[in-house]
Amino acid sequence: MTGLLTITRLTLHEAARKRVLLAALLLGLAFVTLYAVGFHFIARNLLGRVGAREVAQARLTFALFTLAGMYAVHFLSAMAAVLLPIDTLSGEIDSGVMQTLASKPVRREAIVLGKWLAYALVVVAYQMLIAGGVLLVARWIPHYAPPGLARALPLLALEAVALVTLSIAGGTRLGTVTNGMLAFGLFGLAFLGGWVEQIGAFSHNDATRHVGTAVSLLVPTDAMWQLAAYSLQPLAIAQLAVTPFTPASIPSPAMVVWACGWTLLVLVLGLRGFANRPL
Amino acid sequence: MSAFAIETNGLRKWYGSKRAVADLSLSVRRGEVFGFLGPNGAGKTTSLKMLLGLVTPDGGGGRVLGAPLGERTVRAKIGFLPEHFRFQEWLSGREMLTFHGRLFGLKGPALAARVETLLERVDLGDAASRALRGYSKGMGQRLGLAAALLARPELVFLDEPTSGLDPLGRLMVRDVIRDLRSEGVAVFLNSHLLGEVEATCDRVAFVKQGRVVHELALAGGPAGVEALLCAGPLDAAALAELACFGTDVRRDGDAVRLRIADDAVLPEIARWAVARGAPLSHLSAAHDTLESVFVRVMAGERAG
Repeated sequence: MTGLLTITRLTLHEAARKRVLLAALLLGLAFVTLYAVGFHFIARNLLGRVGAREVAQARLTFALFTLAGMYAVHFLSAMAAVLLPIDTLSGEIDSGVMQTLASKPVRREAIVLGKWLAYALVVVAYQMLIAGGVLLVARWIPHYAPPGLARALPLLALEAVALVTLSIAGGTRLGTVTNGMLAFGLFGLAFLGGWVEQIGAFSHNDATRHVGTAVSLLVPTDAMWQLAAYSLQPLAIAQLAVTPFTPASIPSPAMVVWACGWTLLVLVLGLRGFANRPL
Repeated sequence: MSAFAIETNGLRKWYGSKRAVADLSLSVRRGEVFGFLGPNGAGKTTSLKMLLGLVTPDGGGGRVLGAPLGERTVRAKIGFLPEHFRFQEWLSGREMLTFHGRLFGLKGPALAARVETLLERVDLGDAASRALRGYSKGMGQRLGLAAALLARPELVFLDEPTSGLDPLGRLMVRDVIRDLRSEGVAVFLNSHLLGEVEATCDRVAFVKQGRVVHELALAGGPAGVEALLCAGPLDAAALAELACFGTDVRRDGDAVRLRIADDAVLPEIARWAVARGAPLSHLSAAHDTLESVFVRVMAGERAG
């Protein structure tokens, strides 16, 4: 346990010094600023209107724009989850740093888990920071607070942790570039699978929907976003399915259990891959 | 407790279809400074990695400090300096040693004191607070040596420890190895610098294609002596008589060369020549260097 915490502490230190984290933070700040400016002008147009129809329209717009902001959060945090830890194992193996670590009386599992824990913490913290920015802007400018935050934020965090796990596990056996291509490829596959499933559900085409569901089972990250997006919409809007963020096929709660199991499975595969790897 | 720090029997390793180590059998006694020599591609690094548990052997077995190869807990008693010691270059020397110490389970004031002692030992006290990116290769190597000594090991693996060091740095490494020997620590030294090996090792093994082809004790004197005798033409019977004084008797023009145990044999050869009535005009002894033995062993192995 001491070894794991020592590795975690060093990795946190390392992650904090990475330029890619600084770039992600600056990008997140720029995004939240741009988002606030956009929301300001949208709200200036819509606030103050009277009439039930206008108020409903304004509310729909605020919900939609908040969801768009959360979609960006999901996308930015997914990028950070894949990119930040992409070379933490493969880079140290290539440079020979890993030889000095693995020759210490520390389990190889502790090295992987220590790095995984550190990057999961960093990425979730980053995600919550920019999600907090989006939600504060929505609360501050049009005084809009989306529902279902207690359910949606853990789902987004689960998606980010799943991607961190994928990136770390790939690094136990693959080179940095190959691992990056694989992790982004699977993230893209899940994204496309999500759309295939939604289009299948919308067009009542079961075969298409099943293909999408199969892809979601293979890589359940996008399903977590779909479920989070569904949770963040007022029920009336969700039922009307009038926004591009309203899933026509709502992932079942069992998918959350599967996403947890999938993350655990990928982590175990990574641990086993590293345990047997020549260094 | 086993008298041996390292014992291996028939270790083998393949990388795909390429054989890295064929049949490594060797033993290193506790407190012994052991040199591991061989040409590039001889399987030295793979052998060392198998001993450290970084690579799993495909066959054979062995024990390190009495524990099976790869045993994690025994690594608390092992120090390792890789050939190219690298670490996160944004850490300072002191931070890096502290981190390594924690991985060994050290903590608190004891760790802090050990770190300072070792920083002084490798002459990096003044640079301890500087980031590693500002270190020269030699400074990095010395810091790596300090890291290998952190946990007061019983066995230290040094892979090209003097690589990148200036003459003073090399002397410092020699001193450290002598200190380790005096403390009863076994040292497994992998180096291409045969002069360094000759100056520090008690015993060496020559390895080729992952197989020990020759072992040689260095402690107490040179690796071997060759006598050169000029005493007129000598017939086959005389050469046969000379074989009593040494081995590998052979003609070299009008002279004769033979390998003898030490310089004390020379007067005996002189008496033999005088008693035989041979016109003795020259008798000398040339001491082998480790380099000449290395070349001879490797050439002999090739010829065989």
